[in-house]
Amino acid sequence: MSLRIVVTVKYVPDATGDRHFADDLTVDRDDVDGLLSELDEYAVEQALQIADEADDAEITVLTVGPEDAKDALRKALSMGADKAIHVEDDDLHGTDAIGTSLVLAKAIEKAGYDLVISGMASTDGTMGVVPALLAERLGVPQVTLLSEVSVEDGVVKGRRDGDSASEQLEASLPAVVSVTDQSGEARYPSFKGIMAAKKKPVESWDLSDLDLEAGEVGLEGAYTVVDSATQRPARTAGTIVKDEGEGGKQLAEFLAGQKFI
Amino acid sequence: MAEVLVYVDHVDGAVRKPTLELLTLARRIGEPVAVALGAGAAATAGALAEHGAVKVLTHEAAEYADYLVVPKVDALQAAYDAVSPAAVLVPSSAEGKEIAARLALRIGSGVITDAVDLEAGDEGPVATQSAFAASFTTKTRVAKGTPVITVKPNSAPVEAAPAAGSVEALDVTFSAQATGTKVTARTPRESTGRPELTEAAIVVSGGRGVNGSENFGLIESLADSLGAAVGASRAAVDAGWYPHTNQVGQTGKSVSPQLYIANGISGAIQHRAGMQTSKTIVAVNKDAEAPIFDLVDYGVVGDLFDVVPQLTEEINSRKG
Repeated sequence: MSLRIVVTVKYVPDATGDRHFADDLTVDRDDVDGLLSELDEYAVEQALQIADEADDAEITVLTVGPEDAKDALRKALSMGADKAIHVEDDDLHGTDAIGTSLVLAKAIEKAGYDLVISGMASTDGTMGVVPALLAERLGVPQVTLLSEVSVEDGVVKGRRDGDSASEQLEASLPAVVSVTDQSGEARYPSFKGIMAAKKKPVESWDLSDLDLEAGEVGLEGAYTVVDSATQRPARTAGTIVKDEGEGGKQLAEFLAGQKFI
Repeated sequence: MAEVLVYVDHVDGAVRKPTLELLTLARRIGEPVAVALGAGAAATAGALAEHGAVKVLTHEAAEYADYLVVPKVDALQAAYDAVSPAAVLVPSSAEGKEIAARLALRIGSGVITDAVDLEAGDEGPVATQSAFAASFTTKTRVAKGTPVITVKPNSAPVEAAPAAGSVEALDVTFSAQATGTKVTARTPRESTGRPELTEAAIVVSGGRGVNGSENFGLIESLADSLGAAVGASRAAVDAGWYPHTNQVGQTGKSVSPQLYIANGISGAIQHRAGMQTSKTIVAVNKDAEAPIFDLVDYGVVGDLFDVVPQLTEEINSRKG
C-alpha cells in the first residue's frame, strides 16, 4: 500500500524584508514579499527522501493561508511533491496556533495520511508548537525536532538533539514528525521540476469543506490576544574604534568600565 | 490567593535556573505550586521552597525518561485538575513549549510561548514577547481558559522567598498516547564546564571570521576568561566548526545575556534574531560595514586574530 505523506508548509513574509504588524495586530502580509518558510523546505526534502526509499509513496503538501500562499505550494511541488491542498477562507484571517492546528488536523484527516512531516517552526511566528498540537489532535505519536529521520516497515525512527542529551526515538505509523535545519540541505527545484509543478493538482478547500465554523478560527476564535505591538527603539549608536594595535586593550577598558571584568 | 502551577526543569533533582526565575514571575500572579517529575523529583523541594514554592507536587515513574513528552503532559494535566490554578508556567525549552501547547489544547486554553516578561493584569497575566527577530515587542494575553505560558531563560531575577514547599505525591494516570514515542537510546551531552548558553550572563560567539574549527580555541579562551558560554553563528555551524547546540540565531538558541561579544560575525537577520535583546553588545569584525556594528555598544574594527587574544590576555591580567 502506498505511503501517504502530508507535509504541512507555511507561507511567510520574507525575514530579510521589513516585517511589521498590520493595524489589527496580525502579521502584515501586504508590504513584504512572501515565500515558503525556509524551515519547511527541510520538511519537503525529508518527505522526498522517505518517499524515495518507500516502494510506493505519495506526497501531499498542505497549507492554510491567503491566496498568495499558493506560491509556497508551487515551490514544494517544484521540489518534487505530488499534489497540494490549499485551505483558504476569509474567516481564517488572524487564526492563532491552536486554531491553525485545528484546521490542519481536519484537512490532514480529510486527505488521509500515514505520516505528517512539518518544519521545526515557522520563520514568522516561531512558536514551534504546531507539530505537537497536530499529534495531540490526531491522537498519534509525536516524533519531533529530528535531525535525522527514516521510515521502515511502518516504523519511524529519528534522532532528536536536545540541550542535555541526544535521543533516539521510535514510533509506529501513523505519526507526526518535525525536522530541524540539521536534517539535510533542501534541494533546489530543477527546471524540469518547475515545469512539471505547473501541471500538478492543487485543491482548494474552505472552512465548510472541513466542517468548521467561522467562530472556531480567525481573530474571533483566537485563544490569545495581542494588546500592543511596538517597534523596539533602534539601539543608540555605540563607540566604534579601529584597531591600531591596542583594540583588545581598548575593548577590555570598556568592559571594565561596564563592570564585566 | 490564586495558585500558579510551575513546571520544574531539573536534572536528577538539581533544579535548573530558569525554573527559579519562573518562581519569581509566578509570585507576581499568585502562590507558586511546583510540579516536579521523574527521577529525583522529591529532591527538588528544598531549592523550590527557598524560592517561593508553597507546595511541590511530585511523581516518579520510568515513563518520563522512556517516552517522549506525553507522560509529562499527562502529569501536568493531573496537577492542573488537582489545583485549578490561575495560570501554568513552563520553561521555554523545546520540550517545554511542546508540553505547554499540548496541555493548553487539552484544557481548552490559549498558549503563549517565549515570554520575556510577565505581569499581573486586570484580565489575567500579560506576557511580553519579542517578534520579527526582536525588532518588535508585543504584549499578549490568553483570552480563553487558564493561561499556559512558557518563559525564556534570563527573563526574571532569581529571588530568595522562603515558603513551605511541602511535598505532596501527585496522582497520575498515563493516557493511551503516553507510550506512543519510545526513547530507545539517550546520549547525554558531555559537559564543557561552561554555563548553559541560554542561561549565561555573558556569551562569547564566533562566526565566519573565525575561519576554522581549530581557531575556536581563541573564542573559548576569551569565554573562559569571563566565565561565559560559547556561541556560534549559523555560518560557523554549517561549516562544521562548532556544534549546532551552540548556534545562536533563528534556527538555534535565542539568548539575552548581560553581555554578548560577537567575533567575526557579520550580523545577518538570522543571527540578530537570536541575540538582539542582549543588554550590552560588543563586536570585533574586520569589515567596518558589517551590520553587527549597528547594534553594538562598543565595536572594534580589526582582525579578531589580533584583537581577541589581546583582549583575553588583558582580562586575565586584570583579574590576576
